Amino acid sequence: MRALNSLSPNGESFISLKNVRKVYRTRTEEFEAIQSISIEVAAGELVSIVGPSGCGKSTLLKVLAGLHPHDGGEVRIGSTNDPFDPARDIGMVFQQPLLLKWRRIRENVLLPAEILGLPRKASRERANDLLQMVGLGGFEESYPYELSGGMQQRAAIARALIHDPKLILMDEPFGALDALTRERMNLELLRIWVESKKTILFVTHGIQEAVFLGSHVAVMTAGPARLAEYIEIHLPETRNLDVKTHEDFGSYTRRIYALLDLR
Amino acid sequence: MSAAAWRKITIAVTVHLAFVAIWWIAVIVGDVPEYILPTPWLALTTLGEPNYNWARHFAATTQEVFGGYILATVVGVTFAVLFTWSRRLDEALMPLLITLNMIPKVAMAPLFIVWLRFGIQTNIVITFTICFFPILLNTARGLREVEPELLDLVRSLKGNRWQIFTKIQLPGALPYIFSGMKVATVLAVAGAIVGEFIQSDRGLGWFMLVTQEALNTDAMVMALLLVTLIGIALYGAVIALERAFVVKDARVE
Repeated sequence: MRALNSLSPNGESFISLKNVRKVYRTRTEEFEAIQSISIEVAAGELVSIVGPSGCGKSTLLKVLAGLHPHDGGEVRIGSTNDPFDPARDIGMVFQQPLLLKWRRIRENVLLPAEILGLPRKASRERANDLLQMVGLGGFEESYPYELSGGMQQRAAIARALIHDPKLILMDEPFGALDALTRERMNLELLRIWVESKKTILFVTHGIQEAVFLGSHVAVMTAGPARLAEYIEIHLPETRNLDVKTHEDFGSYTRRIYALLDLR
Repeated sequence: MSAAAWRKITIAVTVHLAFVAIWWIAVIVGDVPEYILPTPWLALTTLGEPNYNWARHFAATTQEVFGGYILATVVGVTFAVLFTWSRRLDEALMPLLITLNMIPKVAMAPLFIVWLRFGIQTNIVITFTICFFPILLNTARGLREVEPELLDLVRSLKGNRWQIFTKIQLPGALPYIFSGMKVATVLAVAGAIVGEFIQSDRGLGWFMLVTQEALNTDAMVMALLLVTLIGIALYGAVIALERAFVVKDARVE
C-alpha cells in the first residue's frame, strides 16, 4: 500500500535540504528561526515534523512554500523526473481551516484553481471528486458555518489538492480538533495520502501522531532551532489504530520523548 | 419564511401598534391640548391639507438623505480601498481624516451654506460629510482584517494583489461595509434635517420650523413621522442589500 520508492530511479530525492538556515531580522536584532536542518524526502513520502513551539517547524514550511527566502544552505524541491513548479505544486493546510465564510464549500475548494486560472469546468468536476474523497459528498453547496470543525478541515484538505500539487504542506492541521476527531482525521489523512500519492510534510507537536503518520519523523528542538534527528519509521504497511499498540510504536515515541527532553 | 421569523415580525408590529395606542390614549385621558401633542389621527389628517405641500417637502428631504448617503458610501468605500492599496496614502491621510472626523459635522453646516448657498445640493453635502466617516473607517478596518495565513495560501500560489483584493479582502470587508452603512443611516437623516434647519426653502425639517411658528403641532408631528419613515426606508434598503450579499454567518451584528 505504501509506495515507498525512497529515491527516484536516478537516485534523487524529491526534497533535499542541506544545512538550511533561516534568520528573521528586525531593525535592531536578529532571530535565528532555524539554525540548521538537513533532510531528504522521497517523492510520495509522508514525513512528520515534530518539535516544541519555537523549533522552526512552521518556518520550515514557509521556506518550502517559497514564502520566505532562506539565508543559508540549500533547498531543492523536485527532481529531473519530477520537476517542481513552485506556483502550482504546493498545497497548504493550516491549523485553522481558513475557509472563506461567504463561499460555498465547492467554491472554497476551487479558490486555488481560480488563482492559478485553471479551466473552470474541469476544476469543478475535480472539486466534486475531491469532496467525495474527503468524505464531504453532498456538502458541495453548504456554507462553512454549516460544517463541524473536522468537516471544515476536510474541505481545507480538498482545497489543498484541487490544483493537483506534488507537495502538500500541513501546519498542525488537526491541532484545533478534539481528540477523537483528531484520531479519525489521522486515519482519513492516511487514506487520502495513499489515494492521492502526494508528498506530504506534516508539522505537529503530537509525538504519537507524528510516529503514527510518518514514514520518517524529523525531530526538531528549540533554542537553537535545529534538527535533532531524522528517524525512519518501520511500522506495518497498513497503518490502523492497532499500530499504536505495536511494540515498535512505543519505542519510537520513547526515543522522540527522550530527544525532546521529556521523560 | 420560518415560523420564528413570523413570530418576530408579529411581535414587532404589535409593539409598534401598542406604542401608537398608548400615545393616543394618553392624549385623550390626559386631556392634552392639541398644540402640545395631537392624537396620531389628528397628525395623520394633516396629510389632507393641500397648503402643506407634503409631496414637495418629502421629496426634497428624501433626495438629500439618499443622495448624501449614497455619495458617502461610494466615496467612503473608494477611499478605504485606496488606503489599503497605498500604504503611503494611508499614512499621510488617515491621521488628517481622523482629526477631521473630530469636527462636529453639524457645526460645519453653516459654513457649507456660506460656501455653497442653501439648497438641496448643499444639504446633500452636509449629509455626505456626516455619513462619510463611519463608512470609511469600518470599510478600512474590514479590508485590513485578513487572516495572515490566508495571504500565505494565496502567495504560495503566486496569486497577485488584485486576486487577493477581489477574492479575499473585498468580500471579507463586505460585512464591515454594511456595518458602517447601518450606522450611517441614522446620521444621514440627521444631516439632511440640520441643513434644512439652518437655511432652506423646502424639506420636512424646514417645514417643521415654519409650522412651529404657527404652533401647528399636528403638522410638526406628521413631518417628524415622515422623516422617520425616510430613515426606516433607508435602513430597510441597507438590510435588504446585506441579506442579499452577505452570508448569514459573516454578518457583523
